[in-house]
Amino acid sequence: MAKRIVIDPITRIEGHLRIDCVVDGGKVTDAWASGTMWRGVEQILLGRDPRDAWAITQRFCGGCTTVHAIASVRAVENALQMGVPKNAQYIRNLMIAAHAIHDEIVHFYHLSALDWVDITSAAKADPKATAALAESLSDWPNNGVAVQTATKERLTSLISSGQLGIFANGYWGHPAMKLPPEVNLLAVTHYLQALDVQRKANKIVSILGSKTPHIQNVAVGGVSNPIALNSQSVLSIERLLAVKEAIDELSAFITQVYTVDVAAIAAFYPEWTQYGKGVTNYLAAPDFPLNEMGTEFVTTGGYIADGDLSTMKPITTFGDRLLHDNIAESVKHAWYKGGKGPLHPYKGETVAEYTDFSDHGKYSFVKSPTFAGKPAQVGPLARVLVAAANKDEAITKHLTRLLGIVEAVGKFKVPLAALHSTIGRHAARAVMCARNVEILADQWDLLMANIASGDSATFEKPVFPTGEVSGFGFHEAPRGMLSHWIVIENGVIKNYQAVVPTTWNAAPRNEDDQLGPYEASLIGTPLADAELPLEVLRTIHSFDPCLACAVHLVDPTRRDIIQVRAL
Amino acid sequence: MKIVVLGVGNIIMGDEGVGVRCIERIDAAGMLPAGVVTIDGGTSTNELLGELEGLDLLVIVDAVATGAPSGTLVRLEGDRIPSAFSNKLSPHQHGINDLLATLTFMGRAPARVVLHGVTPHRIELGLELSPEIEAMVPALIANVVAEVERAS
Repeated sequence: MAKRIVIDPITRIEGHLRIDCVVDGGKVTDAWASGTMWRGVEQILLGRDPRDAWAITQRFCGGCTTVHAIASVRAVENALQMGVPKNAQYIRNLMIAAHAIHDEIVHFYHLSALDWVDITSAAKADPKATAALAESLSDWPNNGVAVQTATKERLTSLISSGQLGIFANGYWGHPAMKLPPEVNLLAVTHYLQALDVQRKANKIVSILGSKTPHIQNVAVGGVSNPIALNSQSVLSIERLLAVKEAIDELSAFITQVYTVDVAAIAAFYPEWTQYGKGVTNYLAAPDFPLNEMGTEFVTTGGYIADGDLSTMKPITTFGDRLLHDNIAESVKHAWYKGGKGPLHPYKGETVAEYTDFSDHGKYSFVKSPTFAGKPAQVGPLARVLVAAANKDEAITKHLTRLLGIVEAVGKFKVPLAALHSTIGRHAARAVMCARNVEILADQWDLLMANIASGDSATFEKPVFPTGEVSGFGFHEAPRGMLSHWIVIENGVIKNYQAVVPTTWNAAPRNEDDQLGPYEASLIGTPLADAELPLEVLRTIHSFDPCLACAVHLVDPTRRDIIQVRAL
Repeated sequence: MKIVVLGVGNIIMGDEGVGVRCIERIDAAGMLPAGVVTIDGGTSTNELLGELEGLDLLVIVDAVATGAPSGTLVRLEGDRIPSAFSNKLSPHQHGINDLLATLTFMGRAPARVVLHGVTPHRIELGLELSPEIEAMVPALIANVVAEVERAS
């Protein structure tokens, strides 16, 4: 008999996301993704100075502060048709890359690995066998017997205390958990090590940004870091060397631990390359601009239709017309006043109109964005597939390595098509992390060389014209393409819309009633036990959901996270 | 004596940001002894881990919904803090709980954690505190300063 499962909230971090599934014959047959908080945070910006918008937008979310600051200044600069000094691009690029690495590591180890790793099984592992397994997979020096023993003792004492703390509410012993005890223990060891490593990425952001979690150094027109190599109070050689040291430490962990762990887990869950596919239209913007105007980038952008890489249409520059002309948002199934059809972000309206949850009507505070009239998936997988379509070997070499480890451990072939899946999104995130740490090192070199050539400019003063101008800024944030859209009239903000990655992925049905990426990705997923829908969490978590900026307003706390009823 | 005063909350949600607003004012007026670190934590979690390891005292400043009338000052210590956060009507409710639990699992939890807060009057979009909560800020800050002075 068919059942309806409601999971609310579904995220381990910020935000309020509800997932409804119909399960029939042991598989998901229909799904709805609902943002349960009102979005409208942009309204706070109306009438304000565009130069202040970045500082406010970075409070949209606690998990991804830097990304909104970057997208916001890029939007204003695009509206003013102005470039920023090269040093400013490099410093922003360093912060973007470090922030992304932080997010990628934390997302895998601390927000989603426990969907795959069973800590109660880890507590039964043999530390010696675990160390031997680890050494067969990687040269990482912190995998020895003493380290594994210490992890096991820490876990055992936590479990025997009866208070699981950070591991409370996990799906321990679930039939879909398949890792051997030794792989579980190794993963918990790396969970702990990742807590230390993520600090190094954060340290880079805080050295350059003056402060985390909220950076202080971004400005419309550049950055506010004065460069003076011999001064203590500004961006000195000492601080730049501290950045370099952190980059090297991150690099070792990412190549020897993170990518290896993702590959090893994938090898034990081959069936998860078959689930979670969903929407295979992919959208990614280029990022890491290398010149003042943002016409040349390190990573490439484009739109892929129906998972066919040969259809890729490139997105190449700030202000790109393909991107500009093809984005619209529908509120047919979202709790906003509508009736005008899908609207371009410059014309976007956000007037809340809450009604009950209606399967065929309105059921979410998330709008439904489309590219060329269709839903699109954004995120690391979109980035990796666009890179593959562009034959960007700097990225595909990491993919080849990761898939090689999966094949060696799992003893099965992994075609590129396997990436269109739940586990594929984790693999793509690890691939991008490995690339991001190289970009971090490259941008550091570029910054040092540019300073050495005598260029110390970091800021150009913006000039606001009378009358109306509009612009948009994009950024490949960790969760996917983020765009901010601004209309400025006589130097003040007239309209502001943020089309955030989770809006793309968590979109409800669109104007044509097509399912959004989260919804579509759940169809066909088998569930071992409807009361314990771990499989649903695996797929949704693989997108790295964060609803705080997709929607925003507090909502009464609900007690029962999972409800199941017969249909 | 390692002491951190951490203000959390979202400043674009009115009274939700009272913890951060307190930190801004404590910093501007230099109210705390040298060596005591203040942090505007916003709604972040893992980014803060490094700053919060191995402390003698962590003082969290935040808006707390306890069911008491708005503007009521609240002081909670130790084990009572997680339950306060799990009842809290806030986007970052999960974050602080997870952060403290993570520090515990790492074996680097603060020796003492004290929460100083005020029950909010208005949590809705806006950069300003409500007049009701604004009026309570000096008393809340005084409680935080006294807490730090007692410890150091």
